[in-house]
Amino acid sequence: MGKKRVAIVGTGQTHHKSHRPDVNGQELIHEAVTRALADAELTIKDIDAIVIGNMDHFEGINYVDCWSVDGSGGTMRPIIKLTTGGTTGSTLAIGGYHMVASGLFEKVLIIGWEKNSESDTTGAITTAFDPIWDRLVFAGAIAGLAAEGQAYMAEFGITDRDAARVSVRDRKHAVNNPYAQLRKEVTIEEVLESPMLSDPIHLLDVCPRTDGACAVIMASEDVAEKICPVPDWIWGTANRHVYTYVGDVNLGEIDSMKNAATELFAKTGIREPRKELDVIELYQPYSFAGIIWIEAMGIIPRGKGSEYIWSGATDMGGELPINPSGGVIACNPIGATGLIRCAEVALQVMGKAGDRQVPDVNLGVSTGFGGCFWTDILLHGKKKPE
Amino acid sequence: MEKIAIIGMGMTKIEANKVSENFADMAWEAVNAALADAGMDIKDVSNLITTSNDFWDGRTISCMAVGDSSGAREKNCSCVEGDGTYGAFYAMARILSGSYPSTLVTGHTKGSESISSLITNAAFDPIYERSLGVDMITASAMQARAYMDKTGTTSEDLARVSVKNHGNAKNNPYAQLPMDLTVEDVLASEMIADPLHKLDCSPVSDGCCALILADEETAKKFCKKPIWVKGAAFCSDAYFLGDRDLAKPKSLVAAAKKAYAMAGITEPTRQIDLAEVYDAFTYQELMWAEGLGLAEYGKAKDRLKNGDFDISGTLPVNASGGLLSGHPVIAAGLYRMAEAVRQLRGEAGANQKDGAKTAVVQGLNGLCGQSHCVWVLGNE
Amino acid sequence: MIDQDLSKVTPQVYESKIGVPYTWWAGDTATRFLEGIRDRGELWATRCGKCSRTYVPPRKNCPGCFEENAEWVQVGPGATVVTFTVARRPLAAIPDPVPVVFALVKPDGADTAMLHRIGDVDPEKVSIGMRVKPRFAAERKGHIRDIECFVPEQG
Repeated sequence: MGKKRVAIVGTGQTHHKSHRPDVNGQELIHEAVTRALADAELTIKDIDAIVIGNMDHFEGINYVDCWSVDGSGGTMRPIIKLTTGGTTGSTLAIGGYHMVASGLFEKVLIIGWEKNSESDTTGAITTAFDPIWDRLVFAGAIAGLAAEGQAYMAEFGITDRDAARVSVRDRKHAVNNPYAQLRKEVTIEEVLESPMLSDPIHLLDVCPRTDGACAVIMASEDVAEKICPVPDWIWGTANRHVYTYVGDVNLGEIDSMKNAATELFAKTGIREPRKELDVIELYQPYSFAGIIWIEAMGIIPRGKGSEYIWSGATDMGGELPINPSGGVIACNPIGATGLIRCAEVALQVMGKAGDRQVPDVNLGVSTGFGGCFWTDILLHGKKKPE
Repeated sequence: MEKIAIIGMGMTKIEANKVSENFADMAWEAVNAALADAGMDIKDVSNLITTSNDFWDGRTISCMAVGDSSGAREKNCSCVEGDGTYGAFYAMARILSGSYPSTLVTGHTKGSESISSLITNAAFDPIYERSLGVDMITASAMQARAYMDKTGTTSEDLARVSVKNHGNAKNNPYAQLPMDLTVEDVLASEMIADPLHKLDCSPVSDGCCALILADEETAKKFCKKPIWVKGAAFCSDAYFLGDRDLAKPKSLVAAAKKAYAMAGITEPTRQIDLAEVYDAFTYQELMWAEGLGLAEYGKAKDRLKNGDFDISGTLPVNASGGLLSGHPVIAAGLYRMAEAVRQLRGEAGANQKDGAKTAVVQGLNGLCGQSHCVWVLGNE
Repeated sequence: MIDQDLSKVTPQVYESKIGVPYTWWAGDTATRFLEGIRDRGELWATRCGKCSRTYVPPRKNCPGCFEENAEWVQVGPGATVVTFTVARRPLAAIPDPVPVVFALVKPDGADTAMLHRIGDVDPEKVSIGMRVKPRFAAERKGHIRDIECFVPEQG
């Protein structure tokens, strides 16, 4: 726990779309920021520091934190950029948490954004891999995910039909979220009949490309409850970013989730996450992860994820709803995606989630995924942590 | 603020072209040097921050390349994109939060692997500016002209910065460009973009620097000569160059004011013993020294001429030789911090400022010093 | 057996480049400015309703007041050189033969300066405070370089 306890007191998102030709990046950021300030009933003058991030090669702008100050409000304020690939959004949330917990800043504005329409996402992601060993043989993010799906299928005998059930869930949930990009229900058959992108992943198993921004305001315990009657307290954070060459990843088991979640739950006293958590916003870029990664998180024993999904336990109204927002499959502005997960859990805790509200949320988890099978994880709660 | 210390530092030698080492190799060297310096094992470091830039590295998620060789495995970690001083700031915040007793912070760049003119051109607005062909050098040349016009600083004044810093580098084993120069040499060097000659500009460099920051208890456990953080702050100005008064470092003044308030510095010229500032170009040393309150506005040239900024002077500026003697971009501010640590420990050899107790260090982000990060360090 | 001593290795250099195509959406605000230079040969700026600061390049919101800039005002064509440089080395970013004069020019009526080039003048004669005006390209495409450069106001 921090020296200062930290809570989310406001959130704002753009209405995420595949293309936003009417605004540039600075202007897109500004939309999310003004919505977060309005939500917290604060003005930019109340903000002590800004933590911002995206992925440089998706927009092709160097020193992009400096470039975007007109939109972020960074002029004559401290502004710092964090970036860790797909985990950027959750990395930002963790960064904002530490900035406030340190006591150095009372109110911090956290911004994640991306205009994926401006570049070739796959081309830009490929440059993440080692230029000498991996880049020439590995294209984009989907190949690694497909390898994970195959490895898990081989071990536990699930099929793409089981994964499709996850996609059906998230796409159904997205109908309730006015900010989601894709808000159309699909059937299991439609998922299975959609084009095969990279065996076993169908088009409707994966996330889209999105233009969008998300802003979150965190405040210290000295002012949080004055700003927001029911703030979302951050109980703890953990992450694992082990880079190895692609061949070294423990496919089908996601060690980063296992180790980060184990650490987080140990230090926050969570013994039975399945029973104690009320909601999860999982950074789940494709459907198979909805099975594999909740096992790694310790929600359900290894090999039992598919059965748990089919039981409806993770649907709205189930014992542990996952991705009430529709998740990443419905919307993926990459640098914002992890922060959207964090903001969505905050909305659930605050009771501001509208049609996607899960009743009585006391504890929730948000995650980020990216890099080379990396995981970030945050625990949120209605109660002020000890 | 609770006490935070720098308890370990490791620098690779700054070189024009480290052809034998990739990013991970450089980080391995700097991190192990820092651990050895602190008397720590990697297991003793509770978390880490790497600092890098995707454009300079030619690589999306550039932190990927150095995580393993920096010891990130099974540790919480993060990546700051920007100058290393900002990485160090986040490292400090993570300790102050109470989450971690110590943080390892690294910064690396291999300028030799790319073309800096194109990399810095990409920092200009893609719609309004980039196609004009401006880059960091030409933009800085415009700032130099604006500053000289407003303050009466001359090309000879700028040249004196180059003479001093390249001379100081002669006693710094980590520096890339130790040189014996005269003012005439600088003025006779190639005019790249008026008023900046080649010897007014820092070189293209490769290097990695690592620091270990710790809370008071950890510092006392491991380190005989902890160097204490007295204050730290950062602040950004407007983005568009035409929105700013380029001749004045407004955001640096603001960051310094905050850092000095934390450190109880009311008279910087009297209370600060030495400065390590971001001299990417000669004029910047003078501008930033003024922004830090080490000279009145427009008067840094007089203090320089008077010898005040020499190692033997009252307030040495870039006794290490500064960035003019080696400029690995993202690591640059961390090198400045490490050089200040050497001074405050009394380990700077022939470049030692006798009895140095308090140092100010500055790093920056963006074009023409848009954003500045200021640190006040002390050995007491 | 291979030699265990890495110091005897001659390291190889792997030459490559990143080629990612970009489509930068100018957005409505910049598009209006670009249409102004393309269709009418005019410079348009936005003004903050609160602090009255007039921004060129036009900004959708005032960075200081953080409110939307509602008003469009025409600025220039006369402008003043705020600062400049003569680029003499053919740096990689410069797509044309050197010398090239880069400058910040403040159009009359604007509170900020814009980055552009100075032409039609001996580079040694350019000075801070010099009066200039835009010279537009004959064929214009809605691009910042529809302004070829700024040239001396007189002569």
